[in-house]
Amino acid sequence: MAAIELRHVTKKFATADDGTYTALEDLSLTVEEGQFCAVVGPTGCGKSTTLTLVSGLELVSSGEAIVHGHPVRAIDTSTGFVFQQDAVFPWKSVLDNVAAGPLFRGTKRSEAVSLARDWLRRVGLSGFEDRYPHQLSGGMRKRVALAQTLINQPRILLMDEPFSALDVQTRAIMSTELLHLWDQTKPAVIFVTHDLEEAIALADKVVVITAGPGTVKAEFAIDLPRPRVVQEIRFDPTFTRLYGQIWEALRDEVDEAYTRTTTLSKAVS
Amino acid sequence: MSDTPVRTDPSPATNPAEDRLSPAEAPRSPRRRRNTRRRVLLGVARLAIVVVLLTAWQLAVNAKVVDPFFWGEPIGVWDQLVSWVTVGTPQGSLGEQILVTLQEAVLGFVIGVILGVTFGIALGRIRILAELFAPFLKVANSIPRIILGAIFTVAFGFGIQSKVILAVVLVFFGVFFNAFQGTREVDRNLLANARLLGASPWRVTREVVLPSAFTWILASLHISFGFALIGAIVGELLGANKGLGLLIRSSQNNFNMNGVLAGMVLVAIIALVAEALITVLENRLLRWRPPQFHGGAAVE
Repeated sequence: MAAIELRHVTKKFATADDGTYTALEDLSLTVEEGQFCAVVGPTGCGKSTTLTLVSGLELVSSGEAIVHGHPVRAIDTSTGFVFQQDAVFPWKSVLDNVAAGPLFRGTKRSEAVSLARDWLRRVGLSGFEDRYPHQLSGGMRKRVALAQTLINQPRILLMDEPFSALDVQTRAIMSTELLHLWDQTKPAVIFVTHDLEEAIALADKVVVITAGPGTVKAEFAIDLPRPRVVQEIRFDPTFTRLYGQIWEALRDEVDEAYTRTTTLSKAVS
Repeated sequence: MSDTPVRTDPSPATNPAEDRLSPAEAPRSPRRRRNTRRRVLLGVARLAIVVVLLTAWQLAVNAKVVDPFFWGEPIGVWDQLVSWVTVGTPQGSLGEQILVTLQEAVLGFVIGVILGVTFGIALGRIRILAELFAPFLKVANSIPRIILGAIFTVAFGFGIQSKVILAVVLVFFGVFFNAFQGTREVDRNLLANARLLGASPWRVTREVVLPSAFTWILASLHISFGFALIGAIVGELLGANKGLGLLIRSSQNNFNMNGVLAGMVLVAIIALVAEALITVLENRLLRWRPPQFHGGAAVE
């Protein structure tokens, strides 16, 4: 049984002027138990929408979203979600942010706190328990978000361009740390990004989505050995070969999306 | 009298988080010292303005340019205050009058805030309630509610009840609209995150919506205590057997303008003390916020 299955999924949103906007059309995607799947595609192709459908934040318009054999009908708390923007609670200390999940799920405070301390140690934030998020750097806030999500030991981990706001060096370090953390509990992952290098470095499988309405254009198996060091893997010849292949598929979609936005901006101006 | 949501930032100078944030800055740095000097100078300048204005007023009275029968005089106001404190007022000791008014204002404030926050968050969270009640609230907000004091005085009598109710009505709307707006403005990512982490709707309300809306709610409290005082005083003006409002009213009836002004001074002092207390509360509750203008020192 696959961990995540999207079968011929279409998602439409109502627009402000009473029309509908089709974000995804007839998209099918399977992620196996313990598999790391990266989804790449041009801006506005509906990559993030796939995540909201799997998590139950949104429901499919047609088709089926299936998690562990059950169709998604409501928010599924067995999935973890790492957001693109900061979603840690600014009024909670670092420790309380990480302990929030277990506390929401009815764990005793003392247990939740010791669990949170353990996870803060794992993401390298011991000693920062009493800080508030605004007192941390972007990279540290991201690590709080990771600990906050992973403490619930999700079987499914959804990540929506989680490192896009970070600088290049921090991003590579965080990617390596993410792989290390993922290795400890091995959830099935969908990692949405527009950065192809990041996708190849992290994933077992890279899925290219077409310019909106999004559907799967091609899938590529990434047979790079693990454990990987993200900072160095891009010098591997296999990496270069895969990058060439996938970029071939992605380029047309990026061009397409770019043409659309530029004609749009021409029409506006 | 219509209330629109307002949002004020806590004064950065009094943010207690700041001291923890910039330990690098030595307490006696030249910049700090210059700031202290600047503040002292400002205080002196302000005091000078007050002294000049009061002196001008008094001199104008002495020169018979201003008639103290209509406009009072600073020395008269001071004498009135001293006599109220030492001898007492015609309706009992001054402390008793202040306590009665304070009791009405504080009770009205607390009840109004609790109701305003509860209804604001409930309507902000539950769409159908908002749709149902929105037009009623708009209408209720646009009528001059102070007039209701006349009805309350007749219906609930000269005791504190009618004043408390008037204060509640005045406080409620300001707090309500801010709590409602604050609830609506909660970051959608934070809501989604809390729900995915396993929070029940009630816990989302308590641990995400309430703290997030707090910046809005606290901003409204500053204005709201003023409204509570107005409710109490106006209620007493309309009919009471105790309180500062009654003191002002009876001074007016005796053509004692110094008494009216002295009452005003007392009300102003109460309002300023309350304002200071609310600011302390605000800074405690909003400790988690970054200092607004100084740029917090991030670590790493």
